[in-house]
Amino acid sequence: MTIAQYLLLSSVLFCIGIYGVLARKNGVMVLMSIELILNAVNINLVAFSALTDNIAGEVFALFVIAIAAAEVGVGLAIVLLIFRNKKNVDLSEIDQMKG
Amino acid sequence: MANLLTLAAAVPSKSVQATGWFLETAWLIPALPALSFFLILFFGKKMKYKGAEFGITAIALSLILAICCVGQWMNQVDNASDNYKKNTPYETEEKYSETSSQVLEENASAEPIEVASAEQMNIYAAGEESGYEAVAVDAVIERFTWWETGGKKFQVGIMVDGLAVMMLFVVTVISLLVHIYSTDYVSGDRRYTHYFAFLSLFSASMLFFVLSENILQTIVGWELVGVCSFALIGHWWEEKPNSDAALKAFLTNRVGDMGLLVGMIILFWSAGSWSIVDINVAAINNEIGQTTLLIASLCLTAAVMSKSGQFILHTWLPDAMAGPTPVSALIHAATMVVAGIYMVARLYGVFFEGYDIAGSSFNVLALVGSVTLVGAGLLAFVQDDIKKVLAYSTVSQLGYMVMALGVGAWTAAVFHLFTHAFFKAGLFLGAGSVSHSVHSFDMKKSMGGMRKFMPTTYKTFIICTIALMGLPPLAGFWSKDEILVGTGGWGLFGGTGGNGSYVFALVMGIIGAALTCAYMTRVIYLTFFGEFRGDTHGHGDPHESGKRITIPLIILSVMAIGAGFLNLPVGFLTGNTTNWQERFGHYVEPVATYFPAIAHGTPSWTLAIFSTIVALTGVGLAAHYFFIKVNAQSPAATELANGLTAKNKLAKAGHTVLKQKYYLDHLYTDIIANGTKGPVADAAYWTNQKGIDGVVNQIGKQAANSATFVYEKIDQNLVDGAVNLSGKASEGLGETTRTIVQRGKVHQYAAIMFAATTILAGLFIVFV
Repeated sequence: MTIAQYLLLSSVLFCIGIYGVLARKNGVMVLMSIELILNAVNINLVAFSALTDNIAGEVFALFVIAIAAAEVGVGLAIVLLIFRNKKNVDLSEIDQMKG
Repeated sequence: MANLLTLAAAVPSKSVQATGWFLETAWLIPALPALSFFLILFFGKKMKYKGAEFGITAIALSLILAICCVGQWMNQVDNASDNYKKNTPYETEEKYSETSSQVLEENASAEPIEVASAEQMNIYAAGEESGYEAVAVDAVIERFTWWETGGKKFQVGIMVDGLAVMMLFVVTVISLLVHIYSTDYVSGDRRYTHYFAFLSLFSASMLFFVLSENILQTIVGWELVGVCSFALIGHWWEEKPNSDAALKAFLTNRVGDMGLLVGMIILFWSAGSWSIVDINVAAINNEIGQTTLLIASLCLTAAVMSKSGQFILHTWLPDAMAGPTPVSALIHAATMVVAGIYMVARLYGVFFEGYDIAGSSFNVLALVGSVTLVGAGLLAFVQDDIKKVLAYSTVSQLGYMVMALGVGAWTAAVFHLFTHAFFKAGLFLGAGSVSHSVHSFDMKKSMGGMRKFMPTTYKTFIICTIALMGLPPLAGFWSKDEILVGTGGWGLFGGTGGNGSYVFALVMGIIGAALTCAYMTRVIYLTFFGEFRGDTHGHGDPHESGKRITIPLIILSVMAIGAGFLNLPVGFLTGNTTNWQERFGHYVEPVATYFPAIAHGTPSWTLAIFSTIVALTGVGLAAHYFFIKVNAQSPAATELANGLTAKNKLAKAGHTVLKQKYYLDHLYTDIIANGTKGPVADAAYWTNQKGIDGVVNQIGKQAANSATFVYEKIDQNLVDGAVNLSGKASEGLGETTRTIVQRGKVHQYAAIMFAATTILAGLFIVFV
């Protein structure tokens, strides 16, 4: 195994995530795609950490996981409230915040 | 009987490591039910028998393994001398596995045993003189390091000795019977699979607790069984009383758990190790100060009081009967509630030295046990719910065990644990069988005359009752008698050679025996005799339960008859049959460095006959009241219309106190809980209003004054001018950009963000 394979996996995941965020209209799907992006980053961090034999990357990945958990918690709460008010979570219809 | 001190467990200088595949792989016994728990959780609902088959298979395999362990352990103890001779010439470090060499080292370091008193010196000498060549059998200890920090090792492992294998057998056998019984008893329940999952988890936790090698594992097992107990008491949580009972059990146990944690931490810091063996050895060899041990023992006693339902923390146990009856039999009669007893028996070095049991006549354990056994026995008289009577009876019998441990009668306590498990489980399952057909637990309203309808249940219930009453020759007699003997030192009955003269404990024990007989006679009459008072809602007469209920009852009543013969007292048998006396004590009581040198009381015929007469008197009085007087009044009556409580004011008052359960529940909820929560809240409110708010208000006023000045002079003229200008500028800019990008479309925002990031990344690559 070389580092390239990890980076390849991570960039594939990242691209899937970006695609999901931009193309999906369902709020939950977008949140899941964001998780993919974060995990792509995690793979990078851990891969480089293993390559350079430096624990810092793994620790950082743990922080990312914790923050991702917090983020998805807030995100899902918002989605839930949107669903209660509008009975759907289609992001394209949510534009009340426009300036 | 002349040689009073022959059997004292003076620690011999020779020891041999117990070996054997089953003993060394005993971890499989808790692992199987744990596996079954997960299987039931994930696949239970899809299986033909809704997951029950996983539970029953796992616990049956565990039972087989446990029986093999018992056999192997007995074999090791019997051949200890031979094994020692075989091993000694080659005894080198390399020949032994790591664990056994560790234990051997411990033995070596503990070699110069400080003999606490001259009496114990005699004990040792007597043992040698009688040609009894003692070879200690060391417990099988397998462990690995779980994690390590700051030089402290946290290990996980198993410790298998006589006590552990005995307990493994009891837990697996009763758990298996309860599993089988439950397939009928809770069939059709809406959470049938969930119920079996928790039964498996409970069995796994209890077995894990039994095998724990260090006190950390003990705490984990202790809490796990508590959680399972909580979940199973609240099995039918839709009804408020059930979920209240579950919460009460959990919260009351928390009180004692604090004691457990504090006590265990004290032991850890004073012994420098989590290991049960190390702690006991340190305590026995006086490496830990007496005061430290006393404090640790007191803390752990609080834990025993909550888990094993001792006065004054017993209040949760009768309420715990809200759970399904098989659960009451398994958890709240036979296994979980004896966890406290087991913990004391495991750490007996600590308690023995901490309470200075040898040579004294009073200590906290003996006091708690004696008060509980009489106090709970009295409460059992006024309960109409058959399960609550049995629950108070359990509390009372647990009191016997705690008292026995308090007076130094270790083997008697453990033996009573053993016999009690069988007959009390039998009684609970019997009560469940009755209620299964009349759909109620109320003896006065829905039972009576059941012996005609349920002959098998009736017979097994009677057998278990006689065992509980302690009438010879059933199981309870032998174990109860041993406890009374163990209190020792009361010259009147010729019972001598105990660890001290615990006269108070002996008196309470005898009173408790009479009470047990009387309230059980009341149960028998109200349930099985007289006239049927219930209402079957047009289903005809109540009928006997099915095979899956009656067979466990029959097995348990056979145990209730036979278990007592495992530990026949010394002097009971003569000639060649003396090999059959004290078998239980011989195999279960550790003869090792981690066990204190306790003295054993000598059995006394006088005491045995006296306590039997007292017990029979109890039966006789209650039988006279119920079978003759009440029955004469009317076969359907449950008490005399013009009885003592109706005529005598004092008796009436006593009855009310018992009905109110000594007002302990009122004390806890009304006085302690409400009493503290009001004043604490008031005090906090006062501090808030007067203290903190005053300061805040002052600062607020000052700040308002200065703010007014700043606002009028500086803010309005100088700052606002600048702000307004920049505001106007950005308003113009915003107005133009708003229409282009700020359209509220989430996807557009995301696209812009990613595009910007890409551009930035590109710039980064190019320029850096």
